[in-house]
Amino acid sequence: MPTGACLDGAKLSLAIKPGMTDLHWLLISMGLAMALHISHFPAWVSALIFLFMGWRYLLEKNSRAMPRLWILVPITLFGIMGILITYRSLFGRDASVALLALMLALKLMESTTRRDYVILGFAGYFLTITAFLFNQSLLAGAFLLLPVAGITATLVGISYPHGSMSQRLRSRIAGNLLLQGIPIMLILFILFPRIPGPLWGVPQDAYSSMSGLSDNMEPGNISDLSLSAAIAFRVQFKGDIPATQQLYWRGPVLWHFDGRGWHMDNNRTRFAPENLLVTGNAVDYTVTLEPHNRQWLLMLDIPQALPAGAYPSREWQILARNPVRTRMRYAGSSHPNYTLGLDLDDRARQLALSIPSTGNPRSRELARQWQDQLKDPEQIVNAALQLFRQQAFIYTLAPPRLGNDSIDDFIFNTKRGFCEHYASSFAYLMRAAGVPARIVTGYQGGEVNPVGQYLIVRQSDAHAWAEVWLPERGWVRVDPTAAVSPSRVESGISSALPDSTLLPIMARPDYPWLRKLYLNWDAVNNGWNQWVLGYNQQRQLELLSRLSGTRVNWQDLVLWLMGSLAAFILLLCLFLFRRGKQTLDPIQTIYRRYLRKLARHGIKAMPHEGAQDVQRRASQQFPQHAAAFARIAYLYQSLRYGADADGKTMAELRISIQKLKL
Amino acid sequence: MHSTIDQIISNTSRIILGKEPQIRLALACILARGHLLIEDLPGMGKTTLSYTLAQVLGLEFNRVQFTSDLLPGDILGVSVYDRNEACFKFHAGPVFTNVLLADEVNRATPKTQSALLEVMEEGQVTLEGNTRALPLPFFVIATQNPGHHIGTFPLPESQLDRFLMCINLGYPDARAERALLQNNGGRHGIHVPEACIDSQGLLALQQAVGDIHISDALLDYLQALLTYSRQSSHFVAGLSPRAGLALRQCAQAWALMQGRDFAIPEDIQAVLPGVAGHRLQTISGSSIEDAASHLLNAVAIP
Repeated sequence: MPTGACLDGAKLSLAIKPGMTDLHWLLISMGLAMALHISHFPAWVSALIFLFMGWRYLLEKNSRAMPRLWILVPITLFGIMGILITYRSLFGRDASVALLALMLALKLMESTTRRDYVILGFAGYFLTITAFLFNQSLLAGAFLLLPVAGITATLVGISYPHGSMSQRLRSRIAGNLLLQGIPIMLILFILFPRIPGPLWGVPQDAYSSMSGLSDNMEPGNISDLSLSAAIAFRVQFKGDIPATQQLYWRGPVLWHFDGRGWHMDNNRTRFAPENLLVTGNAVDYTVTLEPHNRQWLLMLDIPQALPAGAYPSREWQILARNPVRTRMRYAGSSHPNYTLGLDLDDRARQLALSIPSTGNPRSRELARQWQDQLKDPEQIVNAALQLFRQQAFIYTLAPPRLGNDSIDDFIFNTKRGFCEHYASSFAYLMRAAGVPARIVTGYQGGEVNPVGQYLIVRQSDAHAWAEVWLPERGWVRVDPTAAVSPSRVESGISSALPDSTLLPIMARPDYPWLRKLYLNWDAVNNGWNQWVLGYNQQRQLELLSRLSGTRVNWQDLVLWLMGSLAAFILLLCLFLFRRGKQTLDPIQTIYRRYLRKLARHGIKAMPHEGAQDVQRRASQQFPQHAAAFARIAYLYQSLRYGADADGKTMAELRISIQKLKL
Repeated sequence: MHSTIDQIISNTSRIILGKEPQIRLALACILARGHLLIEDLPGMGKTTLSYTLAQVLGLEFNRVQFTSDLLPGDILGVSVYDRNEACFKFHAGPVFTNVLLADEVNRATPKTQSALLEVMEEGQVTLEGNTRALPLPFFVIATQNPGHHIGTFPLPESQLDRFLMCINLGYPDARAERALLQNNGGRHGIHVPEACIDSQGLLALQQAVGDIHISDALLDYLQALLTYSRQSSHFVAGLSPRAGLALRQCAQAWALMQGRDFAIPEDIQAVLPGVAGHRLQTISGSSIEDAASHLLNAVAIP
């Protein structure tokens, strides 16, 4: 009697009023759908929504009439105005989802009939889907199943023509429907032709909160990033993962110093890339980059083979054509041993030597001394590193505020800083001493996840270092932070900071079991990103071509899609047809097992044969089991036709049938 | 209770040889408070069976031989003017008893038949404005010759429907017939059956039949049978709701006779030939047994 029971001919009038149980289900599932959004709704919207739901519940419970139109219309108008004031628009992702949720809650206040409930149910499905615009993680996807199941059960309940439906039957039918949907979901997911880019334009405000490296470096902005455990990107290496000291992920390269912060060169893409000579073996890897709303792609120093569609700037920063707004997967190949930009043109030399004409007198004096005494640029570099190494410099996430002459203040007074301070003052000293220098920002290191053998790079791995130009050697990477705190570069930020409490909990070494749990979870998420969210047109065609052994185009996909859907529906029909009018009564299920057992031994029960007839025939063929047959027939009859059968009898029947060995 | 039933059956079987299934059916019909019609050729032991049953059940027993000139008053009774007391005095007819044996019921005219059938339905007699209740228990065992015999007025379907069950006796098998012949058969040569129950005991049994549990699953099966009989092109007309009730009661009685306190599909299957046979008419005109077994084989037990 499952699904059939709802449809057995009774007319389903849409005007009928659903009962209290149906309202419970509706409110709970709507509440779950709303709960998906609570974190990004303003408090007043959430409060109003749950106020309406509570109000609706009380009205029904006390059998009161719904509020009149002249109450609802002003509330609606105020709601729309409130959204307008909060978001300054009715459109865009945040505003329209809030509006939808609010209007749905208001719709509750005039929903009394089946028709209204159906509308609310389907709108509730839509509200549930919009949660994907905000969060596409695995957990969010799993949580989404709750309102979907709830709404389905609500719709099942109100479609029941014989009064109120039992909770069990309702849940079972809804569960069956969802389970039957799974194969269709899989078929559609795998075979529905993907188009490059999102199916419809996601509103602009969807990207507002993406974080990552910025295109300039002011004191403090990298240390701010270091507090974030958010994932920047994940890397799967083809071979072994290189040593941590080699993992410099190249991001924006900064040329201009204004006395306080460093900035990019605006003309960096107009010139041909600096020439590059590589030796030794390449490292091949695949990066899954979290969206950061900037054009650059992070790659290992120094990239050689570029992802499709990407291009290098003059200083070998790799750029995509468009800002990265969805999770992006690209393959790359890099050479740890390289010689970059042996020829330095005049413009670049001039840029790499320019410092503000005033300020920081003590540093300029020091640099001038080095220039006079040492001559050789390499010795100047060493002198600066020596300075950081020998004096009492401290690596800390919470440096004191610096005065107007920030470089002087840092080198001669506070001596406490983060990678950006070291990189910045080092580059300044070099430029003052006549050695061309620039700042490279990016990420350093990363954490190897032993589950799945890939590298997790977080925002807290953000780093800044310097490159100096030496004759005969070109641009050479110098990381002054390594001089102060070698462990930062060798084993990551958590070991470099004496007081790790400032770091995000996941970057701390204190709780090994927590980290282990976390790493497992991250591996699951990585799989989700790679295979579910990252399943784009390219991967789809690749996968299907590999499976089928031929090149697949989208026309094939459509044919396959139709074919497999038709096949699935056919199978389902066959299954339902074969099952016919059989009931799902547990006693019947057990008894049918017994009949199948007998049928395997040549005793085929006719449909019109009762338990006693079967027992008689079975006993004739297997006289040694006559007692068991009689017992089974008796138990079955008293369970199915008797007045007071209990669970014990049922258990006995199950066991007797299990024990029966013919 | 069960042993009483067994004893009734064995006592009856001692007189009606080799006919235990029919005896069981007849007893089920009586326990289900129904009237019984025994249909067969003359000389098959119809009257003996009804007589023996009444004896074994310890009931008061009247026999009426139906003929074409039998009038309703001959069964129900008449009021005769009493000169001494100067008023009409009612002389109760043979119907005022526990068991009325209506022998060869289809030889009477329709008028007389319907008078009898009215009494069967109502359980009381209304004459000249006075209603007189019949004793309890009351049931009729009617015998009839197959319709095509000369000088018969076949009972119409509507009146056949009043009989809860209709059974055929059939020829005895060789062994039973030999025993019969050895004993010189007949009603005189054998010992009189002894009663093993009285009217109060029978009423208690009838009461117990009503307490037999009927589950929803069984009703599903019963309804499936009724629905099939109505929808199938095999039958002229389907089973009536009264036939459904009859099946239910007889299945309960059968379950009681088996010593169970709930009825199962096999109970319905056992009583169905007796209950439904005379109510079903096949298009092809095949026998009662064929109609019943066709119905039983066609409907699956849900």
